[in-house]
Amino acid sequence: MASHILSRLALSIPVLFGVLLLGFGLLKLVPGDPAMVVAGPMAPPEVVARIRTEMGLDKPVAVQFGLYLVRVLQGDLGYSMISNTRVASELADAIGPTLELMLACLVWSIPLGIGLGTIAAAHRGRALDRIVIAISVLGVSTPIFFIGLLLMQWIGYRWELLPFLGRAGPLWTLEGLRHIALPALSLGLVFIGPVARMTRTAALEVFNADHVRTARAKGLKERTVILRHVLRNALIPVVTLIGLQAGYLLGGAVVTETIYSWPGVGRLAVGAILANDMPLAQGAILVLAVSFILINLVVDMLYAGLDPRVQRR
Amino acid sequence: MTSDGVLTLDGPAPDVAPEPAPLLSVRDLRTHFRTERGLYRAVDGVSFDVRPGRTLGIVGESGCGKSVTSLSIMGLVPEPPGIRAGGEILFEGEDLLKKSRAEMEAIRGDRIAMIFQEPMTSLNPVYRVGDQIVEGLRRHRALGAGAARERAVEMLRLVRIPSPETRVDAYPHEMSGGMRQRVMIAMALACDPRLLIADEPTTALDVTIQAQILDLMGDLQRRLGTAIVLITHDLGVIAETADEVVVMYAGQVVERADVRTLFADAQHPYTLGLLASIPRLDESRSRLQTIEGAVPAPNAMPKGCRFSPRCPLADSRCLREEPPLRDLGPGHQARCWYAPIEEIRA
Ligand SMILES: Nc1ncnc2c1ncn2[C@@H]1O[C@H](COP(=O)(O)OP(=O)(O)OP(=O)(O)O)[C@@H](O)[C@H]1O
Ligand SMILES: [Mg+2]
Repeated sequence: MASHILSRLALSIPVLFGVLLLGFGLLKLVPGDPAMVVAGPMAPPEVVARIRTEMGLDKPVAVQFGLYLVRVLQGDLGYSMISNTRVASELADAIGPTLELMLACLVWSIPLGIGLGTIAAAHRGRALDRIVIAISVLGVSTPIFFIGLLLMQWIGYRWELLPFLGRAGPLWTLEGLRHIALPALSLGLVFIGPVARMTRTAALEVFNADHVRTARAKGLKERTVILRHVLRNALIPVVTLIGLQAGYLLGGAVVTETIYSWPGVGRLAVGAILANDMPLAQGAILVLAVSFILINLVVDMLYAGLDPRVQRR
Repeated sequence: MTSDGVLTLDGPAPDVAPEPAPLLSVRDLRTHFRTERGLYRAVDGVSFDVRPGRTLGIVGESGCGKSVTSLSIMGLVPEPPGIRAGGEILFEGEDLLKKSRAEMEAIRGDRIAMIFQEPMTSLNPVYRVGDQIVEGLRRHRALGAGAARERAVEMLRLVRIPSPETRVDAYPHEMSGGMRQRVMIAMALACDPRLLIADEPTTALDVTIQAQILDLMGDLQRRLGTAIVLITHDLGVIAETADEVVVMYAGQVVERADVRTLFADAQHPYTLGLLASIPRLDESRSRLQTIEGAVPAPNAMPKGCRFSPRCPLADSRCLREEPPLRDLGPGHQARCWYAPIEEIRA
């Protein structure tokens, strides 16, 4: 188990390197001169040139990337060009709300998605199955910004049931909960569809497995058969597939945070990119990429925990 | 066609000790499937008896309805597409076909147990084998966790799994096919069932392991007094284990006899064909001699005798009229207009 995780960690190092390279490269392609942004529109060319030298922007790109790598490894992500605060501390402030949002989304959407998928599989071909399929197709094919705006428009603005701008405090306060409700609902809604669909497919396969017939032959009640023998085994592929959706989830979080002004890493990234704030954007993208890797690591651990055949390798 | 059951109940031959009352009595069982390509009469009027502590062998080619028959007894035919089209399954005097789902769940794994053809996939890969035995035990017996575990170890010892105290915590993937089938047997016998249905329990295993498993089942039967329905397409297995034999063809019983009679005096051309296809050591044939032709599609049964398209003896009457199961001697019946046949085994 431990060696399994270690080998997974080792595998993620090249991924991380690639992410750093990609983030760095992408931002190089973004139009606009960072030195000019820092100097301001009225600055004389000598000042811009000096700032450019200070920021290392006159060096070859490879050197710039090398310097960037060294600094990142030291935990130094530079200073935001807009606010002139340390990027690391801005990110540290934003990670909490993002984690909060993820948690608030996953905590209801995954169980609900798995539940719906199981119900659909148990009622294969009948009305309940059709309804679940319809819900998940709707969920999969509706863009998150649309769901987000719709919920905001009706529940937030027209009916004034829930607040829809920003964060009001930690999850354990009533206001905190009220503020996170709409973002978590939007993000979760798009996630239920894929989870339900994957669970249904996986469960249908397990329903036909020989060992399920054995479970029935033992005289177990149908409920027990479904929960202990069908669902338990279906979770193995479902967990893997959820891991594969991590990117989808993170992308959704970026959109959701932006729509609801949720002060998380996603909104930070979008804001920084729009403002041409290169160090901040790089930092935010790095954090998102690391979370992607971490989510997959957690999924791997879950997988190893769920399937005894993995543990004993 | 409904006549078949009645005949066995007629008085026994004078030189035979009176048979004990049957534990299981299948009467004119019909299990059909509604499929896209029409109605499949997978089991179409099957009758047989199983006596306490005895072994009934069911033999026939692939697709003749052996598994559907056993799943019908267990109440495990998926419905839909399965249809209970008729008949009775009397177990200890009660008709299993009339039981509710909950009643069947209480009987399954307790008084009737079943083992399957595929030992590699019949155990749940994510649970330890001991826990899988315990699960069935605790479903039917008021046992604490400790007592159930002890019983599981005892069952593993009974099926001759080495060091059962440690193997009880093994996962299925840590065991060979033969060992897994032993676990299946241990699981099936854990609650002391009166009847064990074994659907091709050794087909997936290699020959030496096959012999060991059959041996084990015979031994346990003598010790525990369990009646066994043994399904196979291997007449060699039948010869070694069965007391009575039912030969099935295309969803019907075509011949029924005690095992000696069947091997000495088979009367249905299909049975004779099966007997002729057993490979023998003194023959150097590389291919098995098999019966010409194929089993008719279950939705397109021939009009008269179902075996007639493949039968060397078939005449116009066979093509026209379906023969009944006819009495040929004590406990011996065959579904053929020509029975009793003399001297056609060339
Ligand atoms: N769920 C099902 N739906 C439709 N048809 C079925 C179903 N189960 C079985 N059948 C049909 O019933 C017939 C008998 O099948 P069965 O499995 O009983 O054969 P068998 O004698 O056990 O063969 P084998 O030796 O291959 O195990 C087959 O023609 C099969 O197509
Ligand atoms: Mg079968």
